[in-house]
Amino acid sequence: MSNVSKIGDRVHRKEDRRFLTGTGRYVDDLQLSRCTHAHFLRSPHAHARIKGIDTSKAAASAGVVAVFTGKDTADAKVGGLICGWVVKDKHGVPHKAPGHPAIALDTVRHVGDTVAMVIADTAANARDAADKIEVDYEVLPAIVDLTKALSAGAPQVHSDVPGNLCYDWELGDKAAVDAAFAKAAHVTKIDVVNNRLIPNAMEPRAAAAEYDRGTGNYTLHTTSQNPHVTRLVLSAFVLGIPEHKLRVIAPDVGGGFGSKIFIYAEETLCVWAAGKVGRSIKWTADRSESFMTDAHGRDHVTHAEIAMDKDGKFTGFRIDTIANMGAYLSTFATAVPTYLYGTLLAGQYTTPAIHVNVRAAFTHTTPVDAYRGAGRPEATYLVESIVSKAAREIGVDPAELRKRNFIAPTAFPYQTPVALTYDSGNYVPIIDEAMKLSDYAGFGARQSAAKAKGKLRGIGISSYIEACGLAPSAVVGSLGAGVGQWESAQLRFNPTGNVQVLTGSHSHGQGHETTFAQIVSDKLGVPMDQIEVVHGDTSQVPFGMGTYGSRSLAVGGSAIMKAADKIIAKGKKIAAHLMEAAEADIVFENGTFKVSGTDKNVPLAQAVFAAYVPHNYPIDKVEPGMDENAFYDPSNFTYPSGTQICEVEIDPDTGVVEIVHFVAVDDFGNIVNPMVVEGQVHGGIAQGVGQALMEAAAYDNATGQLLSGSYMDYTMPRADDLPSFTLGYKTTPCPHNPLGVKGCGEAGAIAAPAAVMNAVRDALAQVGAQDRIEMPATPQRVWAAINAR
Amino acid sequence: MYDFAYHKPKSVADAAAAVKKASDGKLMSGGMTLIPTLKQRLAHPSDVVDLAGVSDLVGIKVDATGVTIGAMTKHADVASSADVARAIPALAALAGGIGDRQVRNRGTIGGSVANNDPAADYPAALVALGATVTTNERKIAAEDFFKGMFETALKDGEIVTSVSFPTATKAAYMKFPNPASRYAMVGVFVAQTASGPRVAVTGAGPAVFRVKAMEEALAKSWSADAVANVKVPAEGLNSDIHASAEYRAHLVTVMAKRAVAAAG
Ligand SMILES: Cc1cc2nc3c(=O)[nH]c(=O)nc-3n(C[C@H](O)[C@H](O)[C@H](O)COP(=O)(O)OP(=O)(O)OC[C@H]3O[C@@H](n4cnc5c(N)ncnc54)[C@H](O)[C@@H]3O)c2cc1C
Repeated sequence: MSNVSKIGDRVHRKEDRRFLTGTGRYVDDLQLSRCTHAHFLRSPHAHARIKGIDTSKAAASAGVVAVFTGKDTADAKVGGLICGWVVKDKHGVPHKAPGHPAIALDTVRHVGDTVAMVIADTAANARDAADKIEVDYEVLPAIVDLTKALSAGAPQVHSDVPGNLCYDWELGDKAAVDAAFAKAAHVTKIDVVNNRLIPNAMEPRAAAAEYDRGTGNYTLHTTSQNPHVTRLVLSAFVLGIPEHKLRVIAPDVGGGFGSKIFIYAEETLCVWAAGKVGRSIKWTADRSESFMTDAHGRDHVTHAEIAMDKDGKFTGFRIDTIANMGAYLSTFATAVPTYLYGTLLAGQYTTPAIHVNVRAAFTHTTPVDAYRGAGRPEATYLVESIVSKAAREIGVDPAELRKRNFIAPTAFPYQTPVALTYDSGNYVPIIDEAMKLSDYAGFGARQSAAKAKGKLRGIGISSYIEACGLAPSAVVGSLGAGVGQWESAQLRFNPTGNVQVLTGSHSHGQGHETTFAQIVSDKLGVPMDQIEVVHGDTSQVPFGMGTYGSRSLAVGGSAIMKAADKIIAKGKKIAAHLMEAAEADIVFENGTFKVSGTDKNVPLAQAVFAAYVPHNYPIDKVEPGMDENAFYDPSNFTYPSGTQICEVEIDPDTGVVEIVHFVAVDDFGNIVNPMVVEGQVHGGIAQGVGQALMEAAAYDNATGQLLSGSYMDYTMPRADDLPSFTLGYKTTPCPHNPLGVKGCGEAGAIAAPAAVMNAVRDALAQVGAQDRIEMPATPQRVWAAINAR
Repeated sequence: MYDFAYHKPKSVADAAAAVKKASDGKLMSGGMTLIPTLKQRLAHPSDVVDLAGVSDLVGIKVDATGVTIGAMTKHADVASSADVARAIPALAALAGGIGDRQVRNRGTIGGSVANNDPAADYPAALVALGATVTTNERKIAAEDFFKGMFETALKDGEIVTSVSFPTATKAAYMKFPNPASRYAMVGVFVAQTASGPRVAVTGAGPAVFRVKAMEEALAKSWSADAVANVKVPAEGLNSDIHASAEYRAHLVTVMAKRAVAAAG
């Protein structure tokens, strides 16, 4: 057979040809007939009352089709945007869910909040007209400083949310933790800020909505990571368009990192307005809009304390976090600092008692939601920072302290004190491999050599755990999720033997079109060029949950395996008939059905053909056709783990941190395509390094203006900021999914901030400055830390 | 971008006439600064006069006394010029460190000096080397040319035609890039010129400035140690999310030291 691929092969990505030759098809590439263009007028203020809004000049401006304000959407009963995860506070009370109108009604609550929508025949005319809208703002005091958002007297973001407190949530046994601290031989304390990040997908968000007056059908082309969820939310909660009358297509999408999971005002309004004006409407964010309106990530302030016995065994861990929600609740905002954060605070360790308290606060800033890793980078940064700090304080090597506290490989499944049951893992061989690859033993000599040149060298470890492969539906349902988290697959063979693999997950850079094809090729023996992976269109693929939380392979890939099993089962019946053998004697190997013990065989393609041209066919036992559907709901999360070791060199004269070596050793379970996995790890580490050393969404405390609103001021990591990474693997297959895979999309970003910052702190410890540095460790901050007195 | 009339004259005289005639005319060279400004609707000129058709403005001439660079010469061409590299290697190196590949292949020296961005690299070279800016009307010494933040001695519609740099016996430029934009957060150009040592700083203040105390120290002894203890006051320097005035002041000394060492 020509090019059958096996699981584990380093197959080049099928999608790269079109991406690299500029023939990808993105939302903005669509040419719709009689298309109009939307422009959104944005609030220039962080907090203001809209006393009046005059759209008459805009409405009369050249080419304008319509102008809509919050009053129009309210009159039309357009529902508010929703948050799909109910978090109950300490007392069982659901989180505060203030209104989130798609267009502001009488108050704007962050710079970039939507004030009006202008629709015109060209994008330029729409923008010209928007300039002519007169808004009478009464500027009000704004709160953007998270540390002060919950303080008495802070400006209020929503009148129905007293004190800006969205919820006060806890997890774990507080009494047990207090008891552990009472007996502790040593307590290490830490304060950390997890800096706010702006996602910066290469392709900005976009929407193109069509309305067909003849059928009443709507079509939305949009930059979504989960088109079915978008359809569900728009239908059931916001617009009331029945699901069968709304088709959502997410074509090629240029990166998401979480920010394209959510349902935003712009696509909502484009769909609604397309019905109103009876013409297609297109909108593509410009980069400034992306900075202001894509949901941001992270943004925590935390105080934590860890208790140890005399041997350095962790006995208790207490955490107090304030998490920023921004001005409104984005689609999954509430879950990120709770169920995706608090539940991960055991890390790789046997700490028996953990208690975490999270207060979520509203501020006059862009909404915050899941961003690559979502909660787990925040948890890992905290756990791994305090563990390294503890090691320094008690004078134990940080690798040694980790090993002393690791969960033993014999302890799985392991129940943590913060709700999760880890399914598998073996942490010591991973850290040993990372130490070997980073020449950990030789670090002392390298540090001395650096010192002789006037440089400060440091080494940092980050041993992460993450829960991904989201998720067992019953579990997330019990925690407040408004949706299930299974995945769908359909294997639709054509009479000539090639196959379409329809998946409910969505690829926006992850390489599904290759990886998923590889699974089918390996499992069914179909050549790669006979397989087409189809995703992203609610009218083509079965209902699916989309791509986030490193779930696509573990959940979506498992659904494909289930569908492939059904194909084999059906094919066996057909092959048995064709070979006049008993079904029980048929085996399937390398794409061929065989009668065991004979040389009789029927290739899969022949069985497929027979299914579509059933002239000689067991029609009384088997339906024609070869088209199988499967849904897979996992029985647990998957738990990738690993250790990263970062080595940095600091120039004390300038404060510049150079990463000189970076090692990542991961346990992702089985690996389908090592090249794709490396790409995911590299990208994740780059983002983690970005968070640690460069990226920060900065707001002006006085005015609430976004100071880092363009690439002139928001520092993205670039290739020349990064060394060549050294990667390694240790594998414990996931015991509960058919592929034995765990997920690799977020690991790099989850672990890297702590690895980098522990290295920076280790370097700064030579001048006593290890506790004076926060992320991002920019040159100015490092220099200031070294020179502070 | 707002609508404007577009002109592409073939001579400096025609360009000057076109700007003069316009109610609010703007010259365009590489457009690397102007186009983003237009796209963000921060400028609304009635006319844009593109100098790309004026071939006289392109080119590099090197003789025994120095280097003259036509206003429309791109950063990439200065960076890769063997003649510039021989005559004033620090100048070629500076041009090679501006922006990125795309910017260097569109941005011009004329546009850069006319724009006088406080974080631009070229101004430091002009002032340290004692360059002369030639316009369609006159010659202006670099120190008189750069007035303040985005402010130059150019009159409305006056066109930079070339910049002439005298050679120096020693020269080097050290740039500490802004981590985000990679413009100069602090850039120090040092030169041993015919009239003595010169130290010019860009990025740190509202406009390029000289550090006389360092020049005096270097006149006594041309060595990194000579400037190591010369501090510039933080007062009046730029302060933003990337660098406080104090940090910038500190970096001036560090970059000066490194520039002197590099100049040899
Ligand atoms: C991403 C990016 C990174 C950059 N990084 C750097 C950097 O690291 N260092 C640095 O120094 N610069 C940097 N720049 C700026 C770059 O060097 C620009 O090329 C330069 O500022 C302007 O040159 P231009 O030819 O593009 O001028 P234009 O954008 O065409 O014009 C700029 C201004 O000068 C006026 N003007 C143009 N030509 C003339 C003339 N001959 N006579 C009179 N007035 C004129 C125009 O009217 C306009 O006001 C960067 C730019 C970008 C976009």
